[in-house]
Amino acid sequence: MFKRIFQLLLLSFALNAGAQASVDTSTPDALVKDVTEEVLATLRTDPSIKAGDVKKAAALVETSVLPHFNFTRMTALAVGREWRTATDEQKKQLTDEFRTLLVRTYSNALTSFRNQTVEYRPFKMAPTDTDVTVRTQIVQPGGRPIPIDYALEKQDAGWKVYDVMVAGVSLVTNYRETFAAEMRTGGVDGLVKSLHAKNTTTTAAK
Amino acid sequence: MTNTKNQTSNVRSSVAAALAAAMLAGCATSGNPKDPIEGVNRAVFTFNETVDKAVLKPVAQGYEYVMPQPVQTGVLNFFSNIADVWISVNNLVQGKPADALSDVGRVVVNSTVGILGLFDVATGMGLEKHEEDFGQTLGRWGVGDGAYLVLPIFGPRTLRDAGGLAVDIFGDPIMYIDSSEVRYTAVGVRAVSDRASFLKAESAIDAAALDKYAYVRDAYLQRRQSLIHDGNPPRDKYYPSLDVTENILDVTPTESTWALMFVGAPASANVDTDASPAAAEIEVASH
Repeated sequence: MFKRIFQLLLLSFALNAGAQASVDTSTPDALVKDVTEEVLATLRTDPSIKAGDVKKAAALVETSVLPHFNFTRMTALAVGREWRTATDEQKKQLTDEFRTLLVRTYSNALTSFRNQTVEYRPFKMAPTDTDVTVRTQIVQPGGRPIPIDYALEKQDAGWKVYDVMVAGVSLVTNYRETFAAEMRTGGVDGLVKSLHAKNTTTTAAK
Repeated sequence: MTNTKNQTSNVRSSVAAALAAAMLAGCATSGNPKDPIEGVNRAVFTFNETVDKAVLKPVAQGYEYVMPQPVQTGVLNFFSNIADVWISVNNLVQGKPADALSDVGRVVVNSTVGILGLFDVATGMGLEKHEEDFGQTLGRWGVGDGAYLVLPIFGPRTLRDAGGLAVDIFGDPIMYIDSSEVRYTAVGVRAVSDRASFLKAESAIDAAALDKYAYVRDAYLQRRQSLIHDGNPPRDKYYPSLDVTENILDVTPTESTWALMFVGAPASANVDTDASPAAAEIEVASH
């Protein structure tokens, strides 16, 4: 069960993409929908990603998805309280490595996209809300729908995603315990090192 | 026959070896209050991965390769339809009669119009599929998670969910098939079909996890919370503002490890919305 969930988790992240120019960032639900539809459109028309071209998938994620994510917040949430005492340099390293890890995994998952479609659940928010959850689900032939929720916060530059929950599993908070264990043995620098090692292995495996 | 016996004894000695290793490693726990027997769990996790790699995964790969997609879907639907019977019972005892009725409706529609459950017609008619089991029912009734456990073959559970699993087996219609041959075949096909349905995702989880054991554990625990709350777990505690971000491991647990292991967190843990992060992390369903 988990493996399928994670595939979709990663896939969903990547689905949350699209060319920024045409994306409506004024409301969070419009943002999620526009970005998702753009990525779906790209996936449908570009057979090389389906064929397993991870590099191409990564490029799609890089140009379309990333602008709508707040990686600093995501990293801070995953790192937990050590974040407060980390130096600016350490924060930057952590964010870069975490971001690389996520992008790699999502790009990988994107290549397994087949015939799934995305449905958008009813969304309501007050005009004053600055922190909301947009609910969607991935519908796949032969499987039950997988709920994908996006947590967004309002910033000056518009709405930014800071977490994605797939079937109730938060991508960001799921790293907390692992990160905490790494930092207990090696401190913040130890975590950076582990993330870097992981990222380098993933690259080599590709 | 001899082969089977040998395999059985191999499996047995592997279990014995794994447990022995676990006893040794058991002392070296990382101190996660939700996972007091981490050493044992890690050993069983490794054992399960080994068995999966040697037996279940190759069979599932063959199944996926040979069976056309519509057949695979039909098999998934068939077992999903049978499972709806027990899901309905769970919804009923959780005090959700409307959901229980909808589940009965699904079984009726899918068993007839859906040709013995091979087609899931009911979802298209607006009768949504639910996911319930007795572990969730216990959670709904206020039973805490208890310690995290990795069961041989069955995989991740909590102490509560392991108890739930025993009841689920009792409530599984497949177990009441008279002919033992048919029964075992059904259990086997279901296992292979389930396994095949998540083959594609494996590289993704391997790519995502720094520590696969911990990643799977934490995802399981989050997933169960979400399921118990039918997809709407209390969310605020996930995202404390940065100033007060605490890590559970930095907070002195309010419950002793043994109390957690046997009864889990008190059901009142999530009544107070300002509960400490520790309480939030170990909170249980209580409504």
